[in-house]
Amino acid sequence: MRDVAIVGAGMTQFGELWERSLQDIGLESGMLALMDAGLETEDIDALFLGNMSAGRFISQEHIGALIADHSGLADRGVPATRVEAGGASGGLALRQGYLAVASGMHDVVMVGGAEKMTDVSDQEAEETTSMAADQEWEVFFGATLASLYALMARRHMHLHGTTPEQLAAVAVKNHAHGAANPKAQFRSKVTIADVLAATRVSEPLGVLDCAPLSDGGAAVVLTTVDRALELGKRPVVVRGSGQASDTLALHDRWDLTVQRATRLASERALKQAGMSLGDVDVAEVNDAFTIAEVIALEDLGLAKAGEGGRCAPEGRTALGGELPVNTSGGLKARGAPPGATGIAQVVELYDQLLGRARGRQVEGARVGLAHNLGGTGATATVHVLEVVR
Amino acid sequence: MTGVRFWREFDTRYRMLASKCPICGFVYFPPRDVCRKCRRASVGRMQRVPLSRRGRVLTHTVVHQAQTGFEDQVPYVLAIVEFEGGVTVVGQVVDCDECDVSIGMEVKPVFRRIREEGDAGVIHYGYKFAPACFPVCATDAPWGAGKGGEGDGGAG
Amino acid sequence: MGSMDVGFLSYGIWIPRHRIAAEEIARVWGRDGAAMSAGLGVHSKSVPSVDEDVVTMSVEAADMALRRAHIPPTDIGAVYVGSESHPYAVKPTATVVAEAIGATPDLMAADFEFACKAGTAAFQTCMGLVRAGMVKVGLAIGADTSQGAPGDALEYAASAGAGAYLIGSGDGVIARIDHTLSYTTDTPDFWRREGQAYPSHGGRFTGVPAYFKHVVTTGKKMMERAGTTPEDYDHVVLHQPNGKFPVRAAKMLGFTPEKVERGLLCPRIGNTYSAAVPLGLASVLDRAAPGERVLVVSYGSGAGSDAFDITVTDAMAAYARPPDDLVETRIAYHKFIDYATYAKFRGKIAMGRG
Repeated sequence: MRDVAIVGAGMTQFGELWERSLQDIGLESGMLALMDAGLETEDIDALFLGNMSAGRFISQEHIGALIADHSGLADRGVPATRVEAGGASGGLALRQGYLAVASGMHDVVMVGGAEKMTDVSDQEAEETTSMAADQEWEVFFGATLASLYALMARRHMHLHGTTPEQLAAVAVKNHAHGAANPKAQFRSKVTIADVLAATRVSEPLGVLDCAPLSDGGAAVVLTTVDRALELGKRPVVVRGSGQASDTLALHDRWDLTVQRATRLASERALKQAGMSLGDVDVAEVNDAFTIAEVIALEDLGLAKAGEGGRCAPEGRTALGGELPVNTSGGLKARGAPPGATGIAQVVELYDQLLGRARGRQVEGARVGLAHNLGGTGATATVHVLEVVR
Repeated sequence: MTGVRFWREFDTRYRMLASKCPICGFVYFPPRDVCRKCRRASVGRMQRVPLSRRGRVLTHTVVHQAQTGFEDQVPYVLAIVEFEGGVTVVGQVVDCDECDVSIGMEVKPVFRRIREEGDAGVIHYGYKFAPACFPVCATDAPWGAGKGGEGDGGAG
Repeated sequence: MGSMDVGFLSYGIWIPRHRIAAEEIARVWGRDGAAMSAGLGVHSKSVPSVDEDVVTMSVEAADMALRRAHIPPTDIGAVYVGSESHPYAVKPTATVVAEAIGATPDLMAADFEFACKAGTAAFQTCMGLVRAGMVKVGLAIGADTSQGAPGDALEYAASAGAGAYLIGSGDGVIARIDHTLSYTTDTPDFWRREGQAYPSHGGRFTGVPAYFKHVVTTGKKMMERAGTTPEDYDHVVLHQPNGKFPVRAAKMLGFTPEKVERGLLCPRIGNTYSAAVPLGLASVLDRAAPGERVLVVSYGSGAGSDAFDITVTDAMAAYARPPDDLVETRIAYHKFIDYATYAKFRGKIAMGRG
């Protein structure tokens, strides 16, 4: 297996992009990454794209071909592959691109993630996101993704005494971070009181506990470390790539407050990297819902079981804290187009590791960790990145 | 067309039949064809067993932003209910006030209308959960306290 | 009757939790609530939730009957559900009920319609099948989620419920049906044309020439057939479109008021249509001791009455009637709603969706 590095990254604005189509979004993010890498379209050997549900959002499947076509890759017959795992589609695409280069099959790979949610009504968009849950045994009875996370939250509160204020602190932190991210969907700060008073979605979660519906695209260019050095880049090396699965339905999990796929994916990635969580300087973690970040911190090992709720209120995961989490604003403030999230996380880490994260830089960040999750935890990817000095 | 998909599963959706692994004894609902623990050894051997009629609420939520098709039920309660043997099932809790649903509360399955495919389509029935026992309500009835009513209709 | 004791092996009920007060309905339509309520003898009626219908209520009632009967569902040879509010115009409620209780596939099934007496018509059919030896056990259900046109007199009482009865013979019979007879005419007192949302009725014509003629005539014919007088019966259960008619009819038949009481549920839960007599009878059976005798006369508009002469057997002493399953418990488990919520539940609001 060869060492793989990221040599370029780019993303569109995230938000309600009324004037942009999925093709526009895919093309823009890819071109930004390509230009950042200093490469040409002709240099790309393969395209991997994460997209959750273009079929439902824009009635278009065969998305790999769509984006390859619009970007000029199709005219060169470049292999284009779309991968899907709900909100983890981006992380999955990164892993596939990484494996393609590591295996020696391809030398320069474009990995992107994109989603266009706002061409359908809010109700249809929410219904579509819930397709990452179990249609027949959860959604059939009226469950939404938010209600499933709410069930996790209530159980977590019952077992560990986690409070709504602790959950709210996650949203407050991520909005504060997002305020410094020009690409973020929300640049506004929120307070604990705002979060607690927000319209209820599914108790105990309110609107400000939940990531928004978003349009957006992000992309990175992967190549070998050798090629990166030839290009005059400081390689940001993918030291570890981990992926794991778990039961689709929440009620089939052995423990309702643990997302085992996160644990397994991070163990696998860190083991491959020869590192532990203590080596990580900055992390992008799934915060599709405030409780999701709390649980993820426990599953990643930053907090002991049941104590994840303390991290945000204690400042451990804020900029300047022990391990800054979601300096981009996270899914909550940066935005959460399902296909793009996993790549947007990596774009943020790339900027952090190269010292380009203006206004929200983690000083001296050398190692970054990206955690991407699908549905209520049926798929998780974890990637560990290290900048080579 | 989804009428056919659910027709295959009537014994599960109507009668809550689970599957049991004859090797390790673990029970699954909805039923599985492959035991999660015994895997290949269990193929073709899983048995159908009825789920017990009593369960306990493990966690619950009140849904305000409805799933499509459930708008007229808002707010509705979803819960994960644990049955004998540790089988956990998600479903709505009905026939009680939202505030009365609590972790540990005993519930039983009830047969209810779940969704329908439009005005002309098939009606999908299935299970929801209700309080296992009927507490008599603090009365707000117009006929007075307690069970009341006997003899009222006979007057005149 | 022959040497075979045919009767009920078990019964089950379902009454939805929600209630609306007659005074609340009157308030919305600008009527004097107290006067309406007193005039009709109806204080409140049961309202089904959006997720309840004749199928769901029938299944719950049948489930209770089966649970208390200790017989396997596969012993059931026939299922008939009588209602005027079946969820499908074509596709019998009985098939879903049979599937849900595990009685399929070796059985006869169909849905019945005869206004408020479709349930008791099903009783008679099952009796005949059992007596003929064609089935071992029959399941007869009366259930309705009846609707009255908004503001119409019928709206005050049209309610929802289900009563399910397992009918068979032998030692398991808890209440023997010694006689049954019916009286049927073509009478245009109350009807609903196909495609119409709400029924129509003949106003005061629904009284003397319809309800009273059929109920009283049938009651008298039954007592002639059985050679009995009102004194021979401990209870009389009559169809109850409001709280007044059954009391007056019982009096016309010579019954004292206290014999009507136990089976009179309309004042509190309204007229459950095809479930009215099945539920009224269940209320009597809930507290009946062996040897008690009950006269039952149903009424269905269009029109007709079915009468039954029922005697509770010794087997009733061993029959399980736990508090949770009693009519009184289910009536007491209630929640009152306002007219707007009732209209939402009953689909009376024009939603404007495509």
